[in-house]
Amino acid sequence: MSQPVEVWREPTLGENLTRAGVTRRDFLAFCGALAGVFALGPGAPRASAEEIADKLAAVTKPSVVWLQLQECTGCMESALRSGGTTVEEIVLRLLSVNYNELVMAAAGDAANQALAQTNAEPHILVVNGSVPLKDGGIYCTIGGESAEAVLRESAKNAVAVLAVGACAVWGSVQASRPNPTGAVGVDAIIRDKPVINVSGCPPIGEVITAAVAYLLAHDDVPKTDAEGRPLFAYDQRIHDSCPRRAHFDAGQYVRSFDDEAARNGWCLYEMGCKGPSTFSACPIFQWNMHTSWPIGAGHPCIGCTERDFFDRFTPFYQALPNVRGFGVEATAEKVGWGLVGATVAGVAVHAGLTAVRHATSRKAQAAEPLEAFGDTSSGGGE
Amino acid sequence: MAERVVIDPITRIEGHLRIELEADAGKITDAWSETTQFRGLEEIVTGRDPRDVWAFVQRICGVCTSVHAIASISAVENAIGSVPPPQARLIRDMVLASQEVQDHVIHFYHLHALDFVNVAAAAGADPAAAVDFARQIGSTWRGNTIERMTEVRDTVEAIVSSGQLSIFTGGYWDHPDYRLPPEANLMAVAHYLDALEFQRSMIRIGTVFGGKNPHPNFLVGGMACTIDQERSESINQVQVDDIKKWIAESVDFVRSCYVPDALAIAGVYKDYFDIGAAQPNFFAVGMAGATFAGNPADTPVENAHTEVEAGVILDGDYSRVHPFDPSKIAEWVSSAWYSYSGGDVGLTPDVGETTVDYTGPKPPYEWLADNREYTWCKAPRYDGKPIQVGPVARVLLAYLRGHERTVEIVDDAVAKLGIEIAQLNSTAGRTLARAVECLTSVEILAERTFPEFVDRLKKGDIEVFDATKWEPSSWPSECAGRSFVEVARGNLSHWVRIKSGKVSHYQAVVPTTWLAGGRDAEGQVGPYEASLAGDGQHPLVDPAQPLEPLRTVHSFDPCMSCAVHVLDPDGRDLAAVTS
Repeated sequence: MSQPVEVWREPTLGENLTRAGVTRRDFLAFCGALAGVFALGPGAPRASAEEIADKLAAVTKPSVVWLQLQECTGCMESALRSGGTTVEEIVLRLLSVNYNELVMAAAGDAANQALAQTNAEPHILVVNGSVPLKDGGIYCTIGGESAEAVLRESAKNAVAVLAVGACAVWGSVQASRPNPTGAVGVDAIIRDKPVINVSGCPPIGEVITAAVAYLLAHDDVPKTDAEGRPLFAYDQRIHDSCPRRAHFDAGQYVRSFDDEAARNGWCLYEMGCKGPSTFSACPIFQWNMHTSWPIGAGHPCIGCTERDFFDRFTPFYQALPNVRGFGVEATAEKVGWGLVGATVAGVAVHAGLTAVRHATSRKAQAAEPLEAFGDTSSGGGE
Repeated sequence: MAERVVIDPITRIEGHLRIELEADAGKITDAWSETTQFRGLEEIVTGRDPRDVWAFVQRICGVCTSVHAIASISAVENAIGSVPPPQARLIRDMVLASQEVQDHVIHFYHLHALDFVNVAAAAGADPAAAVDFARQIGSTWRGNTIERMTEVRDTVEAIVSSGQLSIFTGGYWDHPDYRLPPEANLMAVAHYLDALEFQRSMIRIGTVFGGKNPHPNFLVGGMACTIDQERSESINQVQVDDIKKWIAESVDFVRSCYVPDALAIAGVYKDYFDIGAAQPNFFAVGMAGATFAGNPADTPVENAHTEVEAGVILDGDYSRVHPFDPSKIAEWVSSAWYSYSGGDVGLTPDVGETTVDYTGPKPPYEWLADNREYTWCKAPRYDGKPIQVGPVARVLLAYLRGHERTVEIVDDAVAKLGIEIAQLNSTAGRTLARAVECLTSVEILAERTFPEFVDRLKKGDIEVFDATKWEPSSWPSECAGRSFVEVARGNLSHWVRIKSGKVSHYQAVVPTTWLAGGRDAEGQVGPYEASLAGDGQHPLVDPAQPLEPLRTVHSFDPCMSCAVHVLDPDGRDLAAVTS
């Protein structure tokens, strides 16, 4: 039973196992072990191996509703570009994606029927896009229903909810000042179950598909930080895993695009890099099958995995104020002390991260924002 | 008695589009194109640093990622007088070209093909016959092997027999108008999967220069990616080798797979050259990728594409090309949920205004078209006429202007199919034109743009940024700029005004707005509407399975997030919702 069923070719798990050469006897032995696990305390009826085997064997591929609400389709495009678990593996082999407007064959009534049928059963819900609440939901309707109604209906029987992309996480560009349509993220609407926030504008394709694959591999949602972001992709600050970090510590900065320093790959902090305030594995996973990443291609990070980045991190080309450690280890005469400085900064950061990891309330982190240009209401292009 | 038919959501497009139809005896008699999403991005960029705006407006669309960013930086450069170095312009051109090729391929295989290809019927196909079919249509794609076709058939069989059809759930697989033989369906499904893999690889051209894709990074005044053959931290021979390989892959895929497939489908569905005609007016400022900062006629910045001059084709007269005059562009809101202070008139984009004035029903609703206003999309007109933009407009323009390679490919296709040039104004014609253009685009990338970039690099031309206009103190206290860019879905223009270093006015006139807009003050319908109901002959056999109108709507490659934009020139509060 340690053999994974790689290709789901038959309707049910039992038939797939038979195809993969797993005998009924092996399967019963496995289910016998499970029977012990499922004995839920004294008095609970102990399910027989036979009963469990029958139930498990009838399991079908998990169904998925993958909504696209108020958004730009960049997140689906990013998923299409994933070189990890590919989108074709997801839609053809691992899951039954019964509703996704970008790729599904059916339209109109047939599409709405597929949605309603899938919503009626337990399913995985993936959401791209924000929900415009203003004026009764007139700013985004699908099949004549408001985006909010579509989301609420799809979330009712969802066993897991993934909010994929900045729009689904907090509203993104349309929620930026003055937020004309009253756009909010999924977790502002869905309060009765955890929402996993796969943030980014868009998120890295491999991270999107890995978030889905994680559900299947663990039969559970990924562990998250206080913002609901999966630790597997958002536990590191870009500044801490940036290959240009040594230049920051050594006080070696790009002062103008395309200058000598830029050509030598020095630190982009002075050009407005938001890496010091941004949690994402961009420098680690990189983008598009490890081809490059924003800082690697010479542009400062704009902080797209952080809430309100279009307001709190603009002007994009203005240096962040008061980045921790800056002014101590970063002056030219301290070159050589850089490594020590980096270690000290690293310890401080890790302490901060631990606090984040252990925070039980999302408010705990909101009270300690990383450096930015102020809160949403006062930030932006003023 | 006409029957009312609603198709909402229109799937396999970008964004949210609803089509309402009236049909009688198997024909469409009237049509309404209804855009059901609004975000208000232009209002959001007002008051911002103009150097930041590309990142905001790039998020207008993630399917045509990059194009709004390039249009934005070009308009801002036009306003502030910044001149990006030639290498930066070539880099942008390569990113645009790779985006366009990827976009056309995704559109054909993943958004459009299922209108013609019956996936379920591929299950019973003979893999050897599929390989044979591919050879017959001139496809030399390396994926045309019995092993591959067998693998794909088994995958399709597994899905169909499992009863969990995933993205094929609810498809119209028993519709009588799926016409391909089983082996052709199998070949097409195999190419559908191959195209996914292909686009994933070649789109990395944009990643090298912009660091990520979708939504790569751009820069007013040039590019942020440094290039230098003698430094490991700049783009050098290592990346040049990668790009060369990806471009070669692209040429191969488009030539050996996409173009033969498009021609084959056009051949089997040849009657669609007589279905789906929209108004026979077209305009473009050049071939795909043409990027003008300012009016194309007197642009201060050299354009990478000089093959074909801007022009307009009017009233179905394919014997002459009129000069393009940007001042003839005006937008109407007669059928849209906005109001103008001066009443129901057309406004040019430089003085455009938009005030939300929603008069539609509160959702949920059943029918919109009884109202005069029924969409979030404005109705742009050129010299008062509805007009088509996009691959078909560019291919017709290039053909009439005598662009040799275009003439060669089009003449060949027209002869093979036995059609007239005028029939390119049709459902099949728009789809064919997209394939023709994809081929010329990838060839220009491979044979001209990329070699010129490499040649300059070899000669030591490594400048990618004009620093002289970076600081706002170097800008005039008030200035205005615009850009015209030929992007995948057609002509895109951005219009910006800057005051004291901040954006005071922003407007985008977008390809899908030209195409998806509704009726104007004179009652002229928009191109989508005309294509569906213009002659009263568009088929709709079974209203429960609206396969035929989907073919026609998809032939335009709708991009609804792009289509809807709003701008308030003075930064006033826009909301004036009346219901």
